Amino acid sequence: MDPITLSRWQFGLTTVYHFLFVPLTLGLSWFVAFLQTRYYQTRDETFRKMAKFWGKLFLINFAIGVVTGIVQEFQFGMNWSEYSRYVGDIFGAPLAVEALLAFFMESTFLGVWIFGEGKVPEKVHLAAIWLAAIGSNLSALWILLANGWMQHPVGYVINEVTDRAELVNFFALVGNPKGWLFFWHTIAAGLTTASFLMLGVSAYHLARKQNVDLFKRSFQMAAIVGLIASTLVFFGGHTNGQYMYETQPMKFSAIEAHWETSQPAAFSILTIGDLSGKQEVWSIRMPAVLSFLACNNFNCEVRGVNDIQAEYESTYGPGDYVPLMVVTYWTFRFMMVVGFLMMLISFLFLLATRGRYENAKWMKRVPLVIALPYIANMSGWILTEMGRQPWIVQGLLTVEKAVSPNLTTVDLLISLIGYTVVYGSLAVAMFYLMRKFAVAGPDAAMHESVDAAPASVGSQD
Amino acid sequence: MSYEFLQTLWFILIAVLWIGFHFLEGFDFGVGMLLPFLGKKDEERRAIINTIGSVWDGNEVWLLTAGGATFAAFPHWYATMFSGFYLALFLLLVGLIIRGVAFEYRSKDANPRWRNLFDWMIAVGSFLAALLLGAAFANLARGVPINADMMYTGNLFTLLNPYGLLGGLTTVVIFLLHGANFLGLKLEGELRERVNGFAKRLWIAASLLYIALGVFTYAAGFWARGIVNPGIVPITAVIVLLLTGFFLNRKMEGWAFIMTALNIVLTQVTFFSMTFPNVMISSTNPAWSLTIYNASSSQYTLTVMSIVALIFVPIVLAYQGWTYYMFRKRISTDKKSLVY
Repeated sequence: MDPITLSRWQFGLTTVYHFLFVPLTLGLSWFVAFLQTRYYQTRDETFRKMAKFWGKLFLINFAIGVVTGIVQEFQFGMNWSEYSRYVGDIFGAPLAVEALLAFFMESTFLGVWIFGEGKVPEKVHLAAIWLAAIGSNLSALWILLANGWMQHPVGYVINEVTDRAELVNFFALVGNPKGWLFFWHTIAAGLTTASFLMLGVSAYHLARKQNVDLFKRSFQMAAIVGLIASTLVFFGGHTNGQYMYETQPMKFSAIEAHWETSQPAAFSILTIGDLSGKQEVWSIRMPAVLSFLACNNFNCEVRGVNDIQAEYESTYGPGDYVPLMVVTYWTFRFMMVVGFLMMLISFLFLLATRGRYENAKWMKRVPLVIALPYIANMSGWILTEMGRQPWIVQGLLTVEKAVSPNLTTVDLLISLIGYTVVYGSLAVAMFYLMRKFAVAGPDAAMHESVDAAPASVGSQD
Repeated sequence: MSYEFLQTLWFILIAVLWIGFHFLEGFDFGVGMLLPFLGKKDEERRAIINTIGSVWDGNEVWLLTAGGATFAAFPHWYATMFSGFYLALFLLLVGLIIRGVAFEYRSKDANPRWRNLFDWMIAVGSFLAALLLGAAFANLARGVPINADMMYTGNLFTLLNPYGLLGGLTTVVIFLLHGANFLGLKLEGELRERVNGFAKRLWIAASLLYIALGVFTYAAGFWARGIVNPGIVPITAVIVLLLTGFFLNRKMEGWAFIMTALNIVLTQVTFFSMTFPNVMISSTNPAWSLTIYNASSSQYTLTVMSIVALIFVPIVLAYQGWTYYMFRKRISTDKKSLVY
């Protein structure tokens, strides 16, 4: 295998892995901050327990998100040095700002929150979790602005002498609609992920009649937020799709397996391609729906992959500008179907909370819903990154030209295998702890660890 | 602001970030490495971890910010160094990963084997990170093979030369001493006594290694290859390191800590003034070295980033300093007061 393929696999694996943990951090931080605020206002002990319990799960998840994030910042230079040279003038800025504005805030105040209870004034302790939540979500904004630039470069010129992209308008970079649409979509997805975790874990305990009051409150809260957030995800995604149609028409049409330009354009419900993935064999389509998705109008023209390929060849020279369609097509459908399912489920749960749902037989099955947002999150990122291929920066630089030229296959095999082993082991430890603390419930979360009681008899308060 | 001024300013800013990182994470790497040796009982280990528990993550952000700032201000420096030191950085990352997770996970299960495993991950991770950082900086001072296209042409073994290894080892021992001095400030009772004994022995090793590194640097001609002469800075660094022993013997932990902190800061100042205006010296041909002039971003980017830094760096310094003030009390091993 050549270094480019291995570097791509490594970037894909480490990024998708990192993003397994990020959405929950983003979303759950708001819940914990809110719950602690409610305790501060009402002095209701249940709110304190809720903040502690969900806070514990938040921290177990947070640890892995942080350490895998360091890899993200380093690997642009490590594996994609030519990319770093080409765009450093622009891409480096949001990354540096992210560290300075967001990471410092997030890590410093989370430290205060974990270790400060009883040591710093209560108001300060409460402010700390809010600042940590804001810091986390701010970091998402800056990295998404950076990613938004790769999808839709703005505010730059190409320096003819050095053949590098140079920043000429920082405000265009910061105001890039692509980045803000990603941010909207991602923040809402984070809240959805946290809601579904809370729904699943709460249902587990309700089905067993444990801490009924606490988990009913959690369930209700998660159902409301879940419904609102998953709806926002949908509208964010839809707006994003329309902006994509304008700025990355190839990605848009590849997602739809839309080969030929047509007006109005039909939406594919199921398309089977041939083995090369380059040609349609058979499909079922809904007339005119794709036109609506692209421009809110059932009669607009949607350009096909073949046309755009021809246009790109005349602009950028010969080459294959079509992303791997089997991936873009199916990840989009996974994401969308699961997204709708989550809207529906949270709506039904919300209806159910008006009755005596905690005794319902189906409560036992509810924990399965925890998996849904993860499927959607993964599909979404794979879609948006694979859909940009062969470009690393849309229209400016291809992935092939971006890789570090000095790396050998051996270097990459060592790091790829190394990351896989380390990340795999961490996932096992994390899953074990998450499950243990989720199952043990809120009383255990008040102590250092679930099973610590025997070791500390006598000194227990 | 002229382009040249901005390039120099960003060189200084990045140097400040590295200085801050070495000073802060220096002691928490040291604490991490000392953990399994110094802490015998579980409460002791927890107390040791709690001395840095609330701050290590914030300290590590100095590294991330140094990386991000290098990317933004000197993309070629970032690209050449990070791709060139590929496997070394990979190991550094592994060290940081296992260490960071272990801080959070070690107490979440009461099984002694679980805890011991994670405690060792903290120690090994801290060791790997300190060793590789030291080796990387030594190699930057020494010069690494770089061709006319700013591409690193060596491999991992190029970095494992005697000077690089000595730099790595010295960094490890200096950080151990710095960490022991920090623990002397933060612990109480029997642990405080024990750490004082550790520190005295570490001080001898640190002094010997540090002087050896200095002599090597001078003898091999890695000295003052740029336009700035570090002058008395490195000599002061040696003096404060020697003074550490004096304060340790009198149990003046605060002063001992200030001395190792000064030593680390002055070492970094020496390093950056030795190389300026080079950022990566080419051992293949000095003309192919990366400098602040040929590696930097455009004037516009540097201007924007200067404004951002001017506003936010003071704010960050203020709140990070405030957290150290908030958690200034000593940590006891009394179970009731320990945060897990």
